[in-house]
Amino acid sequence: MIAISLKNLDVSYGTTKVVEGANFDVAEGESFALVGESGSGKSTILKAIAGLAPDWTGEISVLGERRGHGVDHAFATRCQMVFQDPYGSLHPRKSVDQVLSEPLKIHGLGNRDQRVEEMLAAVGLDRRFRYRYPHQLSGGQRQRVAIARALMLEPKVMLLDEPTSALDVSVQAEILNLLKKLRREQGLTYLMVTHNLPVVSFMCDRMAVMNKGRIVEIAPASALHDGSFSDPYTQSLYAASGGNPDRKD
Amino acid sequence: MTSEKTQAPLLDLQNLRVSFPTPKGRVDVVKGLSFTLGRERLGIVGESGSGKSMTGRAILRLIRRPGVQQADRILFDGIDLQSLSERKMRDLRGARISMIMQDPKFSLNPVMTIGDQIAEALKTHERLARSAVKSRVLEMLHAVRINDPERVVTLYPHEVSGGMGQRIMIAMMLIPRPDLLIADEPTSALDVSVQAQVLDLIDELVREKGMGLILISHDLNLVARYCDRILVMHAGQVVESCAAADLHKATHPYTRGLLAAVPRMEETRDELPVLDRSTWSGT
Repeated sequence: MIAISLKNLDVSYGTTKVVEGANFDVAEGESFALVGESGSGKSTILKAIAGLAPDWTGEISVLGERRGHGVDHAFATRCQMVFQDPYGSLHPRKSVDQVLSEPLKIHGLGNRDQRVEEMLAAVGLDRRFRYRYPHQLSGGQRQRVAIARALMLEPKVMLLDEPTSALDVSVQAEILNLLKKLRREQGLTYLMVTHNLPVVSFMCDRMAVMNKGRIVEIAPASALHDGSFSDPYTQSLYAASGGNPDRKD
Repeated sequence: MTSEKTQAPLLDLQNLRVSFPTPKGRVDVVKGLSFTLGRERLGIVGESGSGKSMTGRAILRLIRRPGVQQADRILFDGIDLQSLSERKMRDLRGARISMIMQDPKFSLNPVMTIGDQIAEALKTHERLARSAVKSRVLEMLHAVRINDPERVVTLYPHEVSGGMGQRIMIAMMLIPRPDLLIADEPTSALDVSVQAQVLDLIDELVREKGMGLILISHDLNLVARYCDRILVMHAGQVVESCAAADLHKATHPYTRGLLAAVPRMEETRDELPVLDRSTWSGT
């Protein structure tokens, strides 16, 4: 089954069109990356899917159901988003427990105590963090909380907006391992925005490269091994990232 | 890097300590750091909290109270920076030692045009005719590859992109022709494609003018690409010092751990190795 399908998606902010004619399908269980520079519209696509950029035309379907423009409770249980900056995406005056219980309350789900406890364990946070506030946590721990919050409603599709770009390399490795493990265990589908090509190589199966609001190329992640891209923009992006230093030819 | 052996070092730092008070007593964030720098490119790498930025700031005596810095010796081109008066220090900052900060969004003055800001950097340290200032500014903007300098000098910082803002910062820092440039994460706020441009530019200007460069970054591979020598810092101390070309031969477990944790272009590992922080937290 197709988890995410975009057909002729245009997204605008006011009178400026930031995404034009985006088309792609992400299969269920696949990990798909959106790559490009800032301002290329990659995060905007995620926002349009999540309902945060309501000014779009075209067609967005998630798990076979078309998405409307408004707030959609049922949609939230299927698809959730993790944001770039764990310092900005958690409410500073809500404890980890409150942050994780909130989606359950909104959707009227019971057994909250146990669910919160299980989720903390799943993202590798000790029980003692449950009643702490974001300022008492490190960047990596905060991003774990943000991932836990997204997973509380047991969605099948996760939208990841540069989940590790604000973190140190060693912490980035921990979070990437966690995301990979969760995907394997829960059969999740990932749509991930990043500008870090080696992260794509580690995490993703396929990638779409964006430039100035358009998708210029869709390539398998294995193209990163030898730089076999057809579009000149992708090639320059690959070269700027240092190419593949492990391969000498 | 060729003449470093023959002449006195540009910067000689011995046993630098920076400490901050906490409820549990003073905590050293830099614990006895020593190095000498010639007219070469030195990279300082480490994670957040390793003290790398504090080292850069301490060289310029920019540690703010309640932080305290001490050192056995900070000699810059034969001048003892520790005994200098605050006024003399101010004359030195910018003119002979410059620092490029991380994010152009926060380090440019939002209510001053770019031309005025760059001119200010120059006028603070040199007395020049107005026309000479103007031509130096335009020449510098040209050197940092800004296509249309006449137009750009009239713009305000919010009207330029991040990459352009960082190039303007570089222009501003280099216009008084310093001897030593400290670049503290100069490209962390920028895109990969712009990152390479900005670093190539710094690299070219540093080589051309024979400056010394201290590049502070958390990105090991980037530092290896642009520096001659690398110091790896962890918890306020240098754990390893090596030539950039020999980084892959690094022996310290912390350096090896950091290197292994970076995903590769051709990734075959199913899981990335993670630093076991307990092993050397005591050292």
